[in-house]
Amino acid sequence: MSDMLHVENVAKAFTLHTQGSVTIPVFEGVEFHLNSGECIALTGESGSGKSTFMRMLYANYTCSSGSINVFHDGTWLDITTASPHAILDMRKRTMGYVSQFLRVIPRVPTLEIVAEPLIALGTARDAAKEKARDLLTRLRIPERLWQLSPLTFSGGEQQRVNIARGFIADYPIMLLDEPTASLDVQNRATVLALIDEAKLRGAAIAGIFHDHDTRDAVCTGSFDVTSFKVGAND
Amino acid sequence: MENTQTSQNTETGAAYNFAYLDEQTKRMIRRALLKAVAIPGYQVPFAGREMPMPYGWGTGGVQVTAAVIGPDDTLKVIDQGADDTTNAVSIRQFFAKTAGVATTEKTAEASIIQTRHRIPEKPLRDDQILVYQVPIPEPLRFLEPRETETRKMHALEEYGLMHVKLYEDISRHGHIATTYAYPVMVDGRYVMDPSPTPKFDNPKMNMMPALQLFGAGREKRIYALPPFTRVESLDFEDHPFSVQSWDDECGMCSATDSYLDEVILDDKGNRMFVCSDTDYCTERQDAGHRGPQHHDQPLGGKAAE
Amino acid sequence: MTQNNTPLLRVSDLTMMYGDRVGCRNVSFDLRPGEVLGIVGESGSGKSTLLRSISAQQEPTKGVVEYHTRIDGIRDVYQISEAQRRLLMRTDWAFVHQNARDGLRMNVSAGANIGERLMAVGDRHYGNIRAAAGNWLGKVEIAEERLDDLPSTFSGGMQQRLQIARNLVTSPRLVFMDEPTGGLDVSVQARLLDLLRGLVHDLNLAVIIVTHDLAVARLLSHRLMVMQGGAVIESGLTDQVLDDPQHAYTQLLVSSILQN
Repeated sequence: MSDMLHVENVAKAFTLHTQGSVTIPVFEGVEFHLNSGECIALTGESGSGKSTFMRMLYANYTCSSGSINVFHDGTWLDITTASPHAILDMRKRTMGYVSQFLRVIPRVPTLEIVAEPLIALGTARDAAKEKARDLLTRLRIPERLWQLSPLTFSGGEQQRVNIARGFIADYPIMLLDEPTASLDVQNRATVLALIDEAKLRGAAIAGIFHDHDTRDAVCTGSFDVTSFKVGAND
Repeated sequence: MENTQTSQNTETGAAYNFAYLDEQTKRMIRRALLKAVAIPGYQVPFAGREMPMPYGWGTGGVQVTAAVIGPDDTLKVIDQGADDTTNAVSIRQFFAKTAGVATTEKTAEASIIQTRHRIPEKPLRDDQILVYQVPIPEPLRFLEPRETETRKMHALEEYGLMHVKLYEDISRHGHIATTYAYPVMVDGRYVMDPSPTPKFDNPKMNMMPALQLFGAGREKRIYALPPFTRVESLDFEDHPFSVQSWDDECGMCSATDSYLDEVILDDKGNRMFVCSDTDYCTERQDAGHRGPQHHDQPLGGKAAE
Repeated sequence: MTQNNTPLLRVSDLTMMYGDRVGCRNVSFDLRPGEVLGIVGESGSGKSTLLRSISAQQEPTKGVVEYHTRIDGIRDVYQISEAQRRLLMRTDWAFVHQNARDGLRMNVSAGANIGERLMAVGDRHYGNIRAAAGNWLGKVEIAEERLDDLPSTFSGGMQQRLQIARNLVTSPRLVFMDEPTGGLDVSVQARLLDLLRGLVHDLNLAVIIVTHDLAVARLLSHRLMVMQGGAVIESGLTDQVLDDPQHAYTQLLVSSILQN
């Protein structure tokens, strides 16, 4: 197990300029480590900032202070200070993110959307689509839907397209935001299998899981974000 | 020179200066002509004057002719190749009256030939000047109406647009359908509109021994081709430039090497082709050449029957 | 995006004044090959002024625009000769106007529109030009049999796609776009966005796109600059700027869009 990501003394606050410039402190002094081959569940009650923390790990949200170091391209990259180019490269090659929301250009076929991250990494179009087909089949998206835009799909189908897209490239680090939230039993089992496979190949995974069963099934540890909430230790 | 002209004025007793324009105006035009000759194909602006004829009747050509003509010159004026059309006759009379110069219908005898829409068939010599009447001097205007932009395009040799026009011709007609005012590249530098002469005449411009001057009266532009200037017609590698050709010969003089006009004889579909260059045709007939519809010929009256 | 770290374009301290009025001021940024930069802001924020100044259409009052040319290395676009600048603009650069009519020749066929840039750089083989034009028409999803039709017979979306084909035929490396989806129906917008994104990726185009539509900016651009009153008030990774905006104006802009 090698260190893939570590968070040091991170603080986060939101300043809402449109609402009287009120500042809402969220975290302070966050310390977090993630190693290859482990799957850490981010825990805390609803509204405790699990998603905010995950977005910070993906550099989608900024940090007010501290550093988040990601092992990327053979070296450590502090994503709180890295250039946009470096962050985009990190996301392309090192860190995958399965969000709860599908954000795609309308009209693009599902198969293309799923294959895209692999094509971006330089894999031949045909090979990437082949792998996309495998994943979509495993996730039980009917073949007749592959050439359609997922924007017309049901919530559960969109979720599975998102998962297929997130798992197609073997990212060294993966962030999963409620990957099984709206799935039936069969599909949930498939996603858990995908997570296990990722762990086995050495991926470092951090995830938010809404139910204990899922968490117990795949997680090797947990990290309670509540303990770093501002005012939590007062 | 000026003395001669003044005396001539007194001789003719006319109220006009020699060749109508005042001497200052002629100097101004000559300066523009010198510049035009120095930069072959480049359009030189000049302060065009009002002439006693409407725009479109050759006011540009007339001003150029007035600026270069001397008392010893012999003038020929053609319109579509013919010496006897209204336009040609009135311009010839204009100079006969205002300059007292000799006029002729014979290409070989003329020292200055003013033309609208044709170049004589008989090759011109280095002691002759050909003056063209030009309606629209700017070849790029078809696709770019802004004068500021076309001048910049000339300055920077950006001539891709000319080929856009030719491309469009081919895509619409299967071949380059532009048959007159066919754009040419002058001395490898400026693209020039050869005035609405048929493209049949374009090859004659190339390396012509005579000086060629172009005057656009309405637009007040002068341009020129010094003797022996390279003039190439624009084209595509796979659609090379070619001139018109006719299956018929001239009905009057049987010429097969001249530009032919189609003449409708009646409303029954009878027609004949004749040389557009009347002097060329007459000269050939005088030398004994006969076309099938010449009145001397046994077949001559056939079409009229 | 490629791993090439050499900037294709470098803008330094660019200021454009209209008398006492500020068009844009003190703008600096780099653009790399294959990178898409979005410029957002409301009308009058200076984004179009900035685009004109960067794209060599309007010399700025102050500042430098440098471009890494294919042959001569890095050159100040306002210091090279006008002939070189215009050559650059019609070969290695492209400009996609909001209104397709501003970027097309409406009185010649689609094929001639696409072929113009090729002819401008000396292509003199009709058959090859026509084949290239047909090929590009296909790439922008217009049936090849429309090659000889006038752009005026095309729909708005098709005209915009034709404009893109006309611009990309010389394989430019830098494309400027001014509200390319403005004025189009929503369904047509989506198709155009998809097409643009595909072309940007496949051709490794660097793009500067001015838009007031944050959704368009999110889908197309890697990086975002937010302008207000002629100045860049916030810039960075597109999703960071839109999801965690720091500046008051950006927050206002983001909170003003309707969520779907």
